[in-house]
Amino acid sequence: MNKNLGWKLIVIIGTLLVFLFGIFGIPQNWSGQGLVAALENRIHLGLDLKGGTHLILQVQVNDAVNVDSDNAVERLKADLRARKINYTEITKPDPAAEPDKIVIKGLGPDAASDLRSIVSDRLPEYNLNSGAENAWTINMKPQALAELKNRAVQQAIETIRNRIDQLGVSEPVIQEHGLGDYQILVQLPGVDDPARVKEIMQSTAMLEIRQSLGGPYSSEQQALQEHGGVLPPDSVLLPFKGTVPGTNDSGQAWYLVSRASAVTGRDLRSAEPSRDENGQPSVQFTLTGEGGRKFAAFTGSHVGDNLAVVLDNKVQEVAVIKEQIHDSGVINGRFTEQETKDLAMILRSGALPAGIKYLEERTVGPSLGTDSIRAGVEAAVIGMAAVLIFMLIYYRAAGINADLALILNLVILLGFLGYSGATLTLPGIAGVILTVGMGVDSNVLIFERIREELRNGKTPPSAVEQGFAHAWITIVDTHVTTIVSAVILFIFGTGPVRGFAVTLSFGLFANLFTAVFVSRVIFDWLLSRKQRGEALSI
Amino acid sequence: MEFFHNPNIDFLGKKWYFLAFSLIFSVAGVLSMLFWHGIPLGVDFRGGTLVYVKFSHTPNDNAIRTAMDHAGLHNARIQRFGAPANNEVLIDLAEQETSEQALDRGKTQIINALESNAPAGKQDLNNASSLTLANYLLDKDPLRAGTDANQRYQAQAQAIVNARDKDHGGVLSSMDELKGSVDPAVIAVLPDGFYLSDFGVRNVEIVGPQVGKQLQTQAKLAVLYSLVGMLIYLAFRFEWIYGVAAVITVFHDTLITLGAFSLTNKAISLTVIAAILTLVGYSNNDTIVVFDRIRENLKLMRREKLSDIVNRSINQTLSRTVLTAGLTFLTVLALFLFGGEVLHGFSFALVIGILIGTYSSIAIAAPILVAYQDWKMNRAKVPSVTAAKTGTPAKVGSPGKAGNQAKVGGPAKVGKR
Repeated sequence: MNKNLGWKLIVIIGTLLVFLFGIFGIPQNWSGQGLVAALENRIHLGLDLKGGTHLILQVQVNDAVNVDSDNAVERLKADLRARKINYTEITKPDPAAEPDKIVIKGLGPDAASDLRSIVSDRLPEYNLNSGAENAWTINMKPQALAELKNRAVQQAIETIRNRIDQLGVSEPVIQEHGLGDYQILVQLPGVDDPARVKEIMQSTAMLEIRQSLGGPYSSEQQALQEHGGVLPPDSVLLPFKGTVPGTNDSGQAWYLVSRASAVTGRDLRSAEPSRDENGQPSVQFTLTGEGGRKFAAFTGSHVGDNLAVVLDNKVQEVAVIKEQIHDSGVINGRFTEQETKDLAMILRSGALPAGIKYLEERTVGPSLGTDSIRAGVEAAVIGMAAVLIFMLIYYRAAGINADLALILNLVILLGFLGYSGATLTLPGIAGVILTVGMGVDSNVLIFERIREELRNGKTPPSAVEQGFAHAWITIVDTHVTTIVSAVILFIFGTGPVRGFAVTLSFGLFANLFTAVFVSRVIFDWLLSRKQRGEALSI
Repeated sequence: MEFFHNPNIDFLGKKWYFLAFSLIFSVAGVLSMLFWHGIPLGVDFRGGTLVYVKFSHTPNDNAIRTAMDHAGLHNARIQRFGAPANNEVLIDLAEQETSEQALDRGKTQIINALESNAPAGKQDLNNASSLTLANYLLDKDPLRAGTDANQRYQAQAQAIVNARDKDHGGVLSSMDELKGSVDPAVIAVLPDGFYLSDFGVRNVEIVGPQVGKQLQTQAKLAVLYSLVGMLIYLAFRFEWIYGVAAVITVFHDTLITLGAFSLTNKAISLTVIAAILTLVGYSNNDTIVVFDRIRENLKLMRREKLSDIVNRSINQTLSRTVLTAGLTFLTVLALFLFGGEVLHGFSFALVIGILIGTYSSIAIAAPILVAYQDWKMNRAKVPSVTAAKTGTPAKVGSPGKAGNQAKVGGPAKVGKR
């Protein structure tokens, strides 16, 4: 019995030390400040306590689907042309709602088998269905569609992470969010003015270098007129970013550029802010080996022609190709220095596969976080002190037992936060306080039962025995119900609420150990020192 | 020390008073939800823009109103927030003015409106980020810094922001307040590019309509799942009628707590839902303790009436119920009084919920068990008449003998643990 007790004491003291280490680690110095610093080092505070920005954004996955189906349309047209098959039109009737739907009209009845073989060979990710009046519809296979959308989300997460890392935000959280709505959660501790970060995250940064075929035109109509009402094949009109001197009053301008691009952002190896020959801020880029070869081939065959640097479908700059260029170039375009830094960074991080839309934005200023910590800690200390004092008064010596168990409960809970890296949020602090209030429930249950057994004339050792035995089942029941609630909260909640679910459920788990095991050991130790028949202070 | 020494209160005898009490509060809450305040949804659920602004002096509501009207934000709600000494104001834009195309437009409009009388060409030091400050200092170079200029000015900018946010609660009323934490040469160049407005933005919450709807669905599902979870667990541990009784009780608690939010017109936010879910679990605790004791006593006191056993069980556990509820209430009260404005709704829900949850485990859950048994006994009498007509033998047996411990407390089933 005594030896057994010794072992149990060792387990308890060991637990205490292990979790104390979890809270403080090995502090640099043992003064009050040193301990607080050690604590702050170990326990991660949530955004609501340290200040920062919380964003939820949605990847417009239909953009990525549209890109894929646009390519499919082009491939289809090319293949039908190659096989000399006539058709009236190939369109996407509703790119916004059904971005993967392609309709082919006016195809000859004898061309059906050709179309089937083209789709199955060249567009394996699409299904072909025949419709009325020689119309055919092509839809993406559901599985391929789902994969494409998920890939877009993953790629967006990757790109956004690259960009945020380069901004130097410490410990950002970037992860998929919610249940299949293509949402991403971004948490940026310490960022309390998110405007610039948001802009950087949102820019799709599709860089292309194309051939410039004409311009600037002051309007789209003017461009059409100069080409006899029809644009040359394989060319598009794109707006110019900013204003061009000598164009119309509104300052807008358009350029006619080739549909195909010589190189794109994917061919970039690096991009750095620099200054051009006039000392204006610009972005210098280097191409990969493959990109360099493509660019050399293009510039070599177009010396004397114009090239256009296109960013997100806006013409950034038009310049004459003076000689063959191999693997590096400069983007100009009336940038500020900050803009060139951001652009270079965005180009390095890669393009977003689809646009993003912000759904939610929460910013907690550091002053509020500081106030919240102060208020939360104050409430915790007052609530805890009230409970500890009450237990001492109501249960006398046994109150010390309960108080020790409660303090150990708190140590284990905080130590767990230190070890697991779980974040402590303001509702999380509330969870700590509630754990104290609910945890003491177990002690009360046991103590009341012991008192009852003593009243019924049992001896102290058997009353303690019976008290713990009877209360045990009830304690398990009450803990299970609360933990069920907390788990559901964890599944449905985010951020602060999740922090609450974590502290509450772990606090209650720890409570099973402290209120039942630890408290029992203390009783056994007390009883082993008492004479037979001596009263128990409870 | 002991609060209750062998209490012997006839709780079941007072069930009509309890019923009346519960009905008054539930009906008042429901009426308020239907016809008065509705269910006051927080920004999390209804979508919209909230900007919490702290002023350096007592805020002038009329001036803020005028500034918002000038900016075209006619529907902005302006209300004082927190303790009056904190000089905080909450500006609230409805969902319609929060579009997902430009999510933060409302916020920008509010800040611009409040800064409308800024001196030309100067930025507001109270709302400047450390990045803005660092760039400005780098440009002015008051310390004649060399190669490590970037780092030094970033540190100075951070020191300014810290002094503002941590030492002066987010708003500076004079640049002299930076003395001691920021280099004097840096303070000297600040007035060239910055002025001090009379406010600082403490906290911004912008929720688009899509997220609001999504969170609403999630909150409803979460509450529903936790109720179902309780029902299943209790039905598994006890008998199904115990589960039903506990879930009706918890539903009653949830309804009254939500009613309290509607009656006092306090906004229901995500954390309030978290509090309500916690209450679902907590309120069940008390109910379980009573049920556990009923089950135990059923085994010990086979000859007594169920209502006597229930009364005895409630009395035996009364001391524990009141104590633990009181202790939890103590901690929650500390949270409510000292936990700060951010947790106000959360701790309010807990304060109401713990009071109601404790009351209901005594006054609602146990009487449901007895009422169910009475109902079963009554029904058992009627079928014994109709049974002859349909020809099926009456299953329940003679009500006189077994009726006292009909299904609710049948020892054979309950005692299987």
